[in-house]
Amino acid sequence: MYTFSNRLRTAAFVLMIVGALGLVYGFFSAPSTEAEAMAMVADAHHGDDHGAATHDAGAAAEHGQDAHEEAGHGEEAHGEGTHAEEEHGTSHGEHLLHQLQNKPWAALYVSAFFFMMISLGVLAFYAIQRAAQAGWSPVLFRVMEGITAYLLPGALIVFVILALSGFHMNHLFVWMDPEVVAHDELIQGKAGYLNVPFFLIRALIYIGGWAAYQYFSRKFSIAQDTASDDSNFKKNFRISAGFLVFFLVSESMMSWDWIMSVDPHWFSTLFGWYVFASMFVSGITVIAMITIYLKSKGYLEFVNDSHIHDLAKFMFGVSIFWTYLWFSQFMLIWYSNIPEEVTYFVTRIEDYKLPFFGMLVMNFIFPLLILMNSDYKRLNWFVIMAGIVILLGHYIDIFNMIMPATVGDQWFIGIAEISGILFFAGLFIFVVFNALTKAPLLAKRNPYIEESKHFHY
Amino acid sequence: MASKVIQALYNDDDVLMSAVKRVKAERHHIEEIYTPFPVHGLDKAMGLAPTRIAITSFLYGCVGLTVAITMMNFIMIQDWPQDIGGKPSFSYLENMPAFVPIMFELTVFFAAHLMVITFYLRSRMWPFKEAENPDVRTTDDHFLMEVALHDNEDQLKALLVETGAVEVKITEKH
Repeated sequence: MYTFSNRLRTAAFVLMIVGALGLVYGFFSAPSTEAEAMAMVADAHHGDDHGAATHDAGAAAEHGQDAHEEAGHGEEAHGEGTHAEEEHGTSHGEHLLHQLQNKPWAALYVSAFFFMMISLGVLAFYAIQRAAQAGWSPVLFRVMEGITAYLLPGALIVFVILALSGFHMNHLFVWMDPEVVAHDELIQGKAGYLNVPFFLIRALIYIGGWAAYQYFSRKFSIAQDTASDDSNFKKNFRISAGFLVFFLVSESMMSWDWIMSVDPHWFSTLFGWYVFASMFVSGITVIAMITIYLKSKGYLEFVNDSHIHDLAKFMFGVSIFWTYLWFSQFMLIWYSNIPEEVTYFVTRIEDYKLPFFGMLVMNFIFPLLILMNSDYKRLNWFVIMAGIVILLGHYIDIFNMIMPATVGDQWFIGIAEISGILFFAGLFIFVVFNALTKAPLLAKRNPYIEESKHFHY
Repeated sequence: MASKVIQALYNDDDVLMSAVKRVKAERHHIEEIYTPFPVHGLDKAMGLAPTRIAITSFLYGCVGLTVAITMMNFIMIQDWPQDIGGKPSFSYLENMPAFVPIMFELTVFFAAHLMVITFYLRSRMWPFKEAENPDVRTTDDHFLMEVALHDNEDQLKALLVETGAVEVKITEKH
């Protein structure tokens, strides 16, 4: 049995408290009037220039261009500020106010979704291992079950944020604003799908389906420990296969609902797969990291470096799969350059140059070079290091999906964003490691457990 | 110098594996082992050095990538930067997404083909190569271990029979 170390529990609480304070600060520092918002931006632009200057210090040539561009923007904004009385002024102020008010909400939403997504990715991986009757992974089942314990609370938090959007507490989803819809024929045309009640009902169906599978697979898995036959194992096999069908549909629709609909004018057919790749690789990375942590504490003596090697291979392969989907989506839209589709990437490349291309380095080039060598995949510190970069990269991936539509060029990875990560990281650690104490870390009587214990690559 | 070898035939890969370990433990030099199929762990038991073919493949892939980039940079950007359907051919980076499929394919092409050719060269395989097979049964269901002889015929013969060899014979090294 695993016992939750007091130091880790304290660390989780500290993360949660610091994160919560930072989030509260984020909400309090958001402007409440247009004049305040305009004043904030007028001040902040100087700060932004400095920020960009320190960030891009490496790429000298590009950086010069960037700084010029931003300076240009700054002048523009100032120009508009001085002509605020003219026709343009009010709508600009309102737009800014919405963006700045969205900032803490979007920071909260991105982090909440990111940690929920890790758990969901692990659940999909777990179901695949069960349905494929994998011989290597049963010793990791309890670790995976522990991580998926975060799914229900995590998904409910996301649901609460979505419901608050539905009750007009924020402007994360522009199609939820009746005033916007009244003047927007494109959104009106999608209102049959994008309307708040149906949106929330769909969300409940996805969450219910995932949580039900998580609950029953865990229940059968623990029941198998003391059973006298394999009926629980077989039941688990069947519900895993069924869940994978449900998951493919629900995950795809979830990505349209929860992510793609922040840009209701834009659509992409492979978006569901793209989000799936992101959650899958983050989930596998977290399995590897928690396994290495528990093993280093001496709780998983039956896990050997071949298991870590296999997980690292999955991290490597799925990172490349993610890049394939990212590039397929980007290149098809870049190549055809159809105005209604390409704006998605135009805003990202103009306002999010560093995170947009930076995540490509973190999610593709870094794991590609680090995890290619077979020997490195067996070194725990290599896997942990690659894992940290992959997780940060996929946080930025979600950041790049949500932020441009909600806060636009007002983005910054500041107190609210980092606090969001800290808060949910603390909650995630608390829930996951608490769940790990609830059952023995080695599943007994699983038909593949002996093979898995002696797994050798 | 006409060197002699002793050839021991086995009919089971597990017996072969334990025989290899025994012969290694007795510090005899195993010249070669012929098997009808890959036997897992045989290279480790024989103490063979790990292959470096994956490293060559990585380097060949780098060559392929370089070829692709150089070729398309010259053709599409330097030599004749036409406007083809509005694609920005001002610099390589600006038009790079369009080149990525070719960059990828050439990387894989070079990595795969040059690695295969390296494998053929290093294992001395070509179409009209004369087969080096001391006993035809080794392609079907027998395993053959060849050990170098140094005036210790009887001792080695006894050892190999003891390890479960179904047949032991001494021949000139071809």
